[in-house]
Amino acid sequence: MELKEKLVSSFLAFENKGNIDLDSSVHALRLKAIHNFEKDGFPTKRDEEWKYTSLNPLLKYDFSLFPNAEKSVGFKNIEAYLINDIESYTLIFIDGVFSSFMSETTHEDCDVCVLSSALARPKYKMVIDNYLNTITNKNNSLSELNTAFVKEGAFINIPKNTIVPKPIQIINFSTGSEKEVLLQPRNLIVVGENSHVQIIERHQNLSKNTTLTNSVTEIFVHKRAIVDYYKIQNDTNESSLIDSTFISQKQQSVASVNTFSFGGKITRNNLEFYHEGEDITSNLNGISILNDKQHVDNHTLVNHKFPNCESHELYKGIYADKSVGVFNGKVIVQQDAQKTNAFQQNNSILIDDGATINSKPQLEIFADDVKCSHGCTIGQLDESALFYMQSRGIPKKEAKALLLYAFGNDVVEKIKIPQLKALISKLIAKKLNVQLGFEL
Amino acid sequence: MLEVKNLHANINGKEILKGINLEIKAGEVHAIMGPNGSGKSTLASVIAGKEDFEVTEGSVVLNGEDLSDFAPEVRAHKGVFLSFQYPIEIPGVTVTNFIKTAINETRKAKGMAELPAKEMLQLIREKADLLEIDRKFLSRSLNEGFSGGEKKRNEIFQMAMLEPQLAILDETDSGLDIDALKVVANGVNKLKSEKNAVLLITHYQRLLDYIVPDFVHVLYNGKIVKSGGKELAYELEEKGYDWLK
Repeated sequence: MELKEKLVSSFLAFENKGNIDLDSSVHALRLKAIHNFEKDGFPTKRDEEWKYTSLNPLLKYDFSLFPNAEKSVGFKNIEAYLINDIESYTLIFIDGVFSSFMSETTHEDCDVCVLSSALARPKYKMVIDNYLNTITNKNNSLSELNTAFVKEGAFINIPKNTIVPKPIQIINFSTGSEKEVLLQPRNLIVVGENSHVQIIERHQNLSKNTTLTNSVTEIFVHKRAIVDYYKIQNDTNESSLIDSTFISQKQQSVASVNTFSFGGKITRNNLEFYHEGEDITSNLNGISILNDKQHVDNHTLVNHKFPNCESHELYKGIYADKSVGVFNGKVIVQQDAQKTNAFQQNNSILIDDGATINSKPQLEIFADDVKCSHGCTIGQLDESALFYMQSRGIPKKEAKALLLYAFGNDVVEKIKIPQLKALISKLIAKKLNVQLGFEL
Repeated sequence: MLEVKNLHANINGKEILKGINLEIKAGEVHAIMGPNGSGKSTLASVIAGKEDFEVTEGSVVLNGEDLSDFAPEVRAHKGVFLSFQYPIEIPGVTVTNFIKTAINETRKAKGMAELPAKEMLQLIREKADLLEIDRKFLSRSLNEGFSGGEKKRNEIFQMAMLEPQLAILDETDSGLDIDALKVVANGVNKLKSEKNAVLLITHYQRLLDYIVPDFVHVLYNGKIVKSGGKELAYELEEKGYDWLK
């Protein structure tokens, strides 16, 4: 049976399981979503938005849709993937099931807990009704698929005037308890007026088995709130990720999403920012360092609807072997969005002849008093710079790494959590297979 | 120290060096002068090991060891330093981090431990003072946005840090005003000793007023056509290169 049919036919069973007492509105959401998915199916390369990324290599697997959680996974199996040297709230999911034992949640000043419990409790009905699935892109059939099976993920609800004292780590592990697993985590994050939160998200396969994760995150950033979101994508070559993240911002808010892609088989990041007020700042940063046949597709959208807003987008990529990068950055400046400042940059280095980057800046500007720019460079390592460094005694391998390190450094510099910055620097050094005697 | 024997080198099949012979002993300063396109910078690059050039004949021997098969970094470890005519900008790497890496890689190649951070810092400060380099300058990205003079001064700063046996200064005087030239020349003179040697490559006699050479060679069309003492530089300044052709 094809994956699409399998998913559609599993839907009823999933709905009838009813192990949680859901509000009827959630059932309605799911039902509508499965119909949409059934109608549209998985995107193909004929879709303009999927021209450079084919899901075909993934759809051939016979995924287990509701894997049993591996009970034997303990803290020792996962601690390498956590940032341990900081205080943090942690939400750990094992094969899609929340592990309360290994997590640290809170309900004190804010809610850092899980969606399944929020869906089941009348206390959160208002939040769920007001926010869940309200800003997803209904043309994104994968996001619809996720909604059809919406059940578990992070639920972060921060009231106004709250600075969350420590970062929140959301980590989804797959254990390979079954040969091929499809996971569909769903995160809902609501940040109240004047509040501030830092979130780190990671997906990690602990086995050699195949995992496909179809993740959806909705983030609501209210007036003057600040959200710093970090995505660490350094999974195994058997793991693929389709991430759709939708962000709605109210006036004077600042939202930053930083995406670090170093691993995985196929990674697709759909990142969409919607402005719902003036004086908003949106920051989109990313760095991809790929080798083998890894494929990362960053598809971003910033929709400027109101005046006096800013967006800053910087994506860098280093591609070795037969790896493939895709950058599609769409910026829409609507007619009323006067005095918009929108900047976009995509710089890529191709290290090997077999590597590919498809870069597509897309600016649609309907206002006349705006500052918008985009820059796109694709190049190779500068041979004269290498000779210069070699002539000072730095071996070619280290010289290359130093140049690449320096190339990506302005993205790393944006990280506001020092321990995370150190981790990312370490991952980059590891990926480039060098040790540098200093931190840039 | 350095023996260049019958050196022939091509780039893209075009012969640039057509049989260069040159011997430099420890403690000596040699100057190579010559018109544009005579092969001066090529000679410097070939000694430093730039891979774009193909050595078709002859050899470069340092302290009895043929350098021909060595990569540029290995030559650097063995004591060759090339000050670039156009130093390369490296955004994202500070002057300090760059020189630290260069020093420690060189030490590693020699089987020595890394220089402790405190000593490194001290050394950097000492050499920066010698070249009258502002401390703030050291935390800027290497050569990025530097003026011509700052770039050259920074080259000599790196030379001071690395303490090479053979320093090749490729048109270090170009782009320098007279004050900067004095600072750079003063730095080079202070670094000179009986154990090392300097090869100056220049168009003009001006630099040679400040760094006085023991020998002057005229390079023309890929060959050394005349050698002499420092008075040859004055003669060239007066008569130009035409009389040597």
